[in-house]
Amino acid sequence: MSADHTQRATRCLVAKVGLDGHDRGAHVIARAFRDAGFEVIYSGLHRAPEEIVQAAVQEDVDVLGISILSGAHNTLIPKLIEGLESYDAFENTLILVGGIIPDEDKPQLEAVGVDAIFGPGTSIEETVEFVREHAGSE
Amino acid sequence: MVDPSDTMADLSEANARLYESLLDGDHAALARVITEIENRTPGYRELLAALHAETGRASVIGVTGSPGTGKSTLVDALTKQYREAGETVGVIAIDPSSPYTGGSVLGDRIRMGSTAGDMDVFVRSMSARGRLGGLSMATADAVKALDAFGKDRIIVETVGAGQNEVDIVETAETVAVVVQPGSGDDIQLLKAGILEIGDLFVVNKADKDEAAGTVADLETMIHMDRSPTAGLSTGHHGPDAAEADPEDGDTDDDGGWTPPVIETVATAGEGVDELRGALDDHYQYLVDSGEGEGRRRRQAETELRRLLRADLGGLAEQVVDRHGGIERLSASVANRETDPYTVVEELVEPLESAVRESVAVEPEPSER
Repeated sequence: MSADHTQRATRCLVAKVGLDGHDRGAHVIARAFRDAGFEVIYSGLHRAPEEIVQAAVQEDVDVLGISILSGAHNTLIPKLIEGLESYDAFENTLILVGGIIPDEDKPQLEAVGVDAIFGPGTSIEETVEFVREHAGSE
Repeated sequence: MVDPSDTMADLSEANARLYESLLDGDHAALARVITEIENRTPGYRELLAALHAETGRASVIGVTGSPGTGKSTLVDALTKQYREAGETVGVIAIDPSSPYTGGSVLGDRIRMGSTAGDMDVFVRSMSARGRLGGLSMATADAVKALDAFGKDRIIVETVGAGQNEVDIVETAETVAVVVQPGSGDDIQLLKAGILEIGDLFVVNKADKDEAAGTVADLETMIHMDRSPTAGLSTGHHGPDAAEADPEDGDTDDDGGWTPPVIETVATAGEGVDELRGALDDHYQYLVDSGEGEGRRRRQAETELRRLLRADLGGLAEQVVDRHGGIERLSASVANRETDPYTVVEELVEPLESAVRESVAVEPEPSER
């Protein structure tokens, strides 16, 4: 008999990918997620897609939040998702994108598997609520 | 000896698949197993029981020290060296969690950039999740998963600030304590209680002015610790001894181990060779002196006691629930209707008599 109580925690990887040095938004999100009781792994700046995939797989995260303000989302995000798929880690991961994403690019990102896109003006509460509702329901 | 097929039989179908994939070298499976360990998903113990036979091959290093001393950067530099030598590495990086929300920001990965993208370095961040004591169990179990996976080197990195951290690093064969220059005088070091746990000491950021003083302080303390009268004959323990000398780490006259003090500048990779050398020396010492065997026994003992305590604690919770829950019981104590000693005596009595009976009925045959 074991007397363990299951102790689940929502694990999130907040990632900055590519040549984009603006990390204020990522920091704000990381902090908000922490305050929501999530476990947040922060990738640091200038990560290659393969590095983010490696981190997401090894950390077995429920949520991958990609912050991107460089305009390179149409190349970088499909690469990330392909990488996750190659490790069988795509299905179980909620994929969020934050930053500057033009409206006309959104359908394409959603088609490759992004679960939600949060642009400027999104409230922190909205993002946290979205994660609470959708993460870790695998 | 337990027959592995016995422990396999207890596995659920999903866990049996995880077990196979982990041993096959599937990174996602390893990650999943560690998640189950962390979450204490039902069935995780059976999984670990099956994996236990596959463990015991990796060399486990603990790295601890105050926040900001450069542990992660050092672990990164060390990992890089191991990789260059063709060894695979697993890293468990532990950060504190908020006592209020349980949330945490785990930032150790940021400093582990030099091997990023290399899947043969498996880095896993863990937080305390508000489970005092439980973290050391989860850490030891995650080490097992990495060990069974086949990692040659496993590094456990944690902020050293209390008993919990001491427990964690004790899952390691060799413990390196990282100090930064100017972290206070020798009394601060005494207070921190880190001297007792270090098999070797690293003064990182050794390019700072205060480095020589910190090294000298540490060396004085170490020698006083090993032989309290040594400080009286300052022969070679004078200020000259402040130079980092990996030779210090050799076994001394009476065959014991004197922790070396190594200076590093992790950001520039300086002194990392010496650190790796000292870690290897300590490993060799453990083998030669038989101390390694003793450590493994003690670790197994700690693990057994921890599990036992956890399960007995769980039984106690059940007993409490059956007596109306902790709130009702504590209210009656607070209102002076009864006293805590009587309550506990009543709660424990049935357990005690069960123990008495089982001991009386079937005396355990001692096999060894």
